[in-house]
Amino acid sequence: MRESTVLKFSYLAMLIFTAVASFWLEIAFKVHVLRRMKRVLLSLLPISLGFLIWDAYAIAQGHWYFDKEQVTGVNGPFNIPIEEILFFLIIPIAVLMTLEGVARFKPHWKHPDLRK
Amino acid sequence: MIYADIVIAILIFSVFLDLFGLKNSLLTRPLFWCSYAIILPFQLLTNWWLTSRNIVMYDPDVISGLRVMSAPIEDLIFGFALILNVMGMWEYWGTKGVQKV
Repeated sequence: MRESTVLKFSYLAMLIFTAVASFWLEIAFKVHVLRRMKRVLLSLLPISLGFLIWDAYAIAQGHWYFDKEQVTGVNGPFNIPIEEILFFLIIPIAVLMTLEGVARFKPHWKHPDLRK
Repeated sequence: MIYADIVIAILIFSVFLDLFGLKNSLLTRPLFWCSYAIILPFQLLTNWWLTSRNIVMYDPDVISGLRVMSAPIEDLIFGFALILNVMGMWEYWGTKGVQKV
């Protein structure tokens, strides 16, 4: 592959890294985040949508911008790069896996209603 | 409003939501702080990747100029708010009985 082709995956590579670095917890420690997808979506959609609205506003205002050479160039609505949309799906899931991973080792730290 | 202002407003909102909005405040519990301590190095690493390689760039007029490992301090605060809010919602739905285990 040409170097410029590899470069286009620079942002995506960071998301893949985050997924690989966290999703093994689902199997190794049975954190059972992915199998509770309804609760995952209820938790992240309102938050991620809010942040994506801000993202759209900030991109439109030029508060931040992306190097065209280092993103795939696939855009969602409002010129939001697909990487940004994936960011708001993958990062929250990684976060929840970490939380549940810690809770697995420290069950007494869980909310009283969430203990088995 | 610029990045620096918006992120502070969101941080204040998130902290108030956690402490007073949701009954299961995470900010007062070791579960949150231990999880965040694990996430923080990854947050710094991924922010560093995106900013040191100029994958994401910022209008200098919208940030304070303070940087941590190449990323604007605003990124760190934004990440903290995102993490706190998502975890807060997860706990909220759990205590409401949605897919508790």
